[in-house]
Amino acid sequence: MTVETGHFALIVALILALLQSTVPMWAAARGNRELMTLARHTAWGQLICVTLAFCALMYAFSRSDFSVAVVAMNSHSDKPFMYKLAASWGHHEGSLLLWILILSLFGACVATFGRGMPDPLRARVLAVQGMIGVGFLLFTLLTSNPFSRLLEAPVDGNGLNPLLQDPGLVFHPPLLYFGYVGMSTAFSFAVAALIEGKVTPDWARWARTWVLIAWAGLTMGISLGSWWAYYELGWGGFWFWDPVENASFMPWLLATALLHCVSVVAKRDAFKGWTLLLSILGFSLSLLGTFIVRSGLLTSVHAFATDPARGVFILGLLGVAVGGALLLFAIRAPTMEGGNGFEPVSREGALLLNNLLFATATATVLIGTLYPLVLEAVTGEKVSVGPPFFNATFVPLMMPMLAIMAVAPLLAWRKASALAAMKQLWLAGIAAAGVLLLVVWIGGAGVAGIIGMTLAAWLAVASIYAWVRRWWGKGALGRLVGLPLEVHGMTIAHCAAAVIVAGITATSVWQGEAVKLMKVGDSVDLAGYTWRLDRVYDTIGPNYQAMRGDMTVTRTSDGSTVSTLHPERRFYPVAQQNTTEAAIHTTGLADLYAVLGEGNPQSGWAVRLYYNPLVPWMWFGAAFMALGGVISAAGKIRTRRSRAATAAAEAVA
Amino acid sequence: MSLKRLPYILPLLIFAGIGVYLWIGLGHDPRILPSALLNKPAPEFNLPPLQGRARLDGKSEELPLTTASLATGKPMLVNFFASWCGPCQVEHPILNDMAKAHDVIIQGVNYKDDPRRALIFLGQLGDTYDRVGRDQDGRVAIDFGVYGIPETFVVDGKGRIQYRHPGPLSPEIAQNTILPLLESLK
Repeated sequence: MTVETGHFALIVALILALLQSTVPMWAAARGNRELMTLARHTAWGQLICVTLAFCALMYAFSRSDFSVAVVAMNSHSDKPFMYKLAASWGHHEGSLLLWILILSLFGACVATFGRGMPDPLRARVLAVQGMIGVGFLLFTLLTSNPFSRLLEAPVDGNGLNPLLQDPGLVFHPPLLYFGYVGMSTAFSFAVAALIEGKVTPDWARWARTWVLIAWAGLTMGISLGSWWAYYELGWGGFWFWDPVENASFMPWLLATALLHCVSVVAKRDAFKGWTLLLSILGFSLSLLGTFIVRSGLLTSVHAFATDPARGVFILGLLGVAVGGALLLFAIRAPTMEGGNGFEPVSREGALLLNNLLFATATATVLIGTLYPLVLEAVTGEKVSVGPPFFNATFVPLMMPMLAIMAVAPLLAWRKASALAAMKQLWLAGIAAAGVLLLVVWIGGAGVAGIIGMTLAAWLAVASIYAWVRRWWGKGALGRLVGLPLEVHGMTIAHCAAAVIVAGITATSVWQGEAVKLMKVGDSVDLAGYTWRLDRVYDTIGPNYQAMRGDMTVTRTSDGSTVSTLHPERRFYPVAQQNTTEAAIHTTGLADLYAVLGEGNPQSGWAVRLYYNPLVPWMWFGAAFMALGGVISAAGKIRTRRSRAATAAAEAVA
Repeated sequence: MSLKRLPYILPLLIFAGIGVYLWIGLGHDPRILPSALLNKPAPEFNLPPLQGRARLDGKSEELPLTTASLATGKPMLVNFFASWCGPCQVEHPILNDMAKAHDVIIQGVNYKDDPRRALIFLGQLGDTYDRVGRDQDGRVAIDFGVYGIPETFVVDGKGRIQYRHPGPLSPEIAQNTILPLLESLK
């Protein structure tokens, strides 16, 4: 009965979404204030209905109700409770429902926190959100209903892919979806602006908050996914450049470009058309990402062809949303430009360069991702693009980006002096030179490694310098407190970028690896540590059997014990699948990483050991980067509040 | 239309281009992709046998699977499978049925698989293959132009490829296409 209630709630949500996408739009055109407010109520109604539906699905999973098709397909009575719940969104149907849930959450937030917005703008933004909701709800109800029942319920379920039974993957999809769906809000703002025919600095301030929140979600989602790949797949790598990862990375690249250029609109009233275009494209790539990840639209052409209803619907949805928005853009945007021009050497000039580099990087990744898939679909020929292509194209684009990132915050808006900015970078220059010498002295880094580490130092010191300069001197404390939160957020995010770059570079060039057949008692020396295999034994988990090793790591120099690692090799009987659980000891500066492979007591076990320098910096860095985004978004809300308060006070006076 | 408007229309045009390209590309059903090898002899290969099988026909010989073993004067099937592939499990009973009820000769190519798992797979589902060759590195699958696992080829008595079916076999395909084709090749 609960399941049917969920289904019913989803249908009600569809009706509300239909109302929301039509009535407020019409009311905004007519200037009918009463009907414009309808959008707020329908947005909340949708949130309530979709939450109800999602809870119904979670309930079915928690009770292991195998009469529901998706539960039987994706869960199993042996699973730990938390993973039963997480299985609610671990498949196509459930993840679509999660997507819709987050969409309605954003809708309700815009409805509530958008009080300061002009009524017609808010009504139109919500109407566009409603249209997206209609598309997704129709898709779910018509082709991917999570609530369909099986005529004969099986005794037990099929289980979930055991690789996915992992805390990293419990939170990865919701955060990623949070980012994807957040981009829908930027899209709605852009389409609403195109319909209204005007883009104002105020519009940009409103839109920027949502872009920042979406961007922070994407940052966390992507880094969690990467972290999961790092410790679960067990070969010490963290990024594979595979289509699924790229699909989430491209919206992030565009969102990064967008949040920088939307600032230009807010401050200087320029780059309007470009901002609108980026908003549309960012969401388009998010849509593409959603479908690639869950529906196998492009990763498996077989899947696409075997379920034409879904495939055609997805292409139709993409066509209407993206094509419609771009058509609107082609018609309306040319009349909306204007605003201010700019000097090449200025803050906006540097931000334009940032945007060009990010857009080019996105195009590079897009080509590298789609080209092999399209080629395979059309001719059946398989080509492998892979990491060499991305390393040769993407990495060189990021190098000038890092160099400019350090300079841009020191440039003034309108017109800046390059010389004056360079003079302020002496400290960063010294730090970069110091790191350069250090890296050359350590050796083994190669040209790309040297450049990477040097740029990271340059960026970190320059960012902190630019921040300190804003409050240093007499009355420092007062100025520090008075600094807008965006400045803090930006500084944190830029420093985090430096930390991430250092982590990626260091682990790429200095990773130590040993693959050995080890018997109990054998030891291996790697990167100044001695790794000794003490014991291998069988153990049993809630729904798996495992072989676990005890491995003691000591410092080779003085023999002091650093850690005992417990790598595991698990076997999940339901899925008939093996997984490796790498054992990781982190020192903050490096990870000691051990993987236990197949083997037996006579000939030994295949053991892989890695020394991954600075890898933890990537995860810390990503978390701080997202934090920077959140702080910056909070700043926007704060300044807006105070402005509204001032306006109210003036009105009273 | 003035030239100034072009930059604004360009994104739409590019999107339309990509859309048409994807539509044409994805509109192709991989099932009807003809094999480039149609009517040509099967590629040269020589695969070591999967050892330790429990064959349902009671024979115990374990011979390597080679190009020569496809040209025996009788038409046969060549089936690419792996224990890690779900659809292979689905189609396997159909293969067994063809072998048992219609005396169809089926050669198996065990694609990128752990031989122990392959034996478990065959032990559970029933082993009606004539020979099973181990394509450990997937080389032979590439030479055959295999699109995905499972995939099945019909080979005539002279070892020439006559038909290719990507994806799992269905009872309808077996009954309406494969069995009549084998009959006509006899």
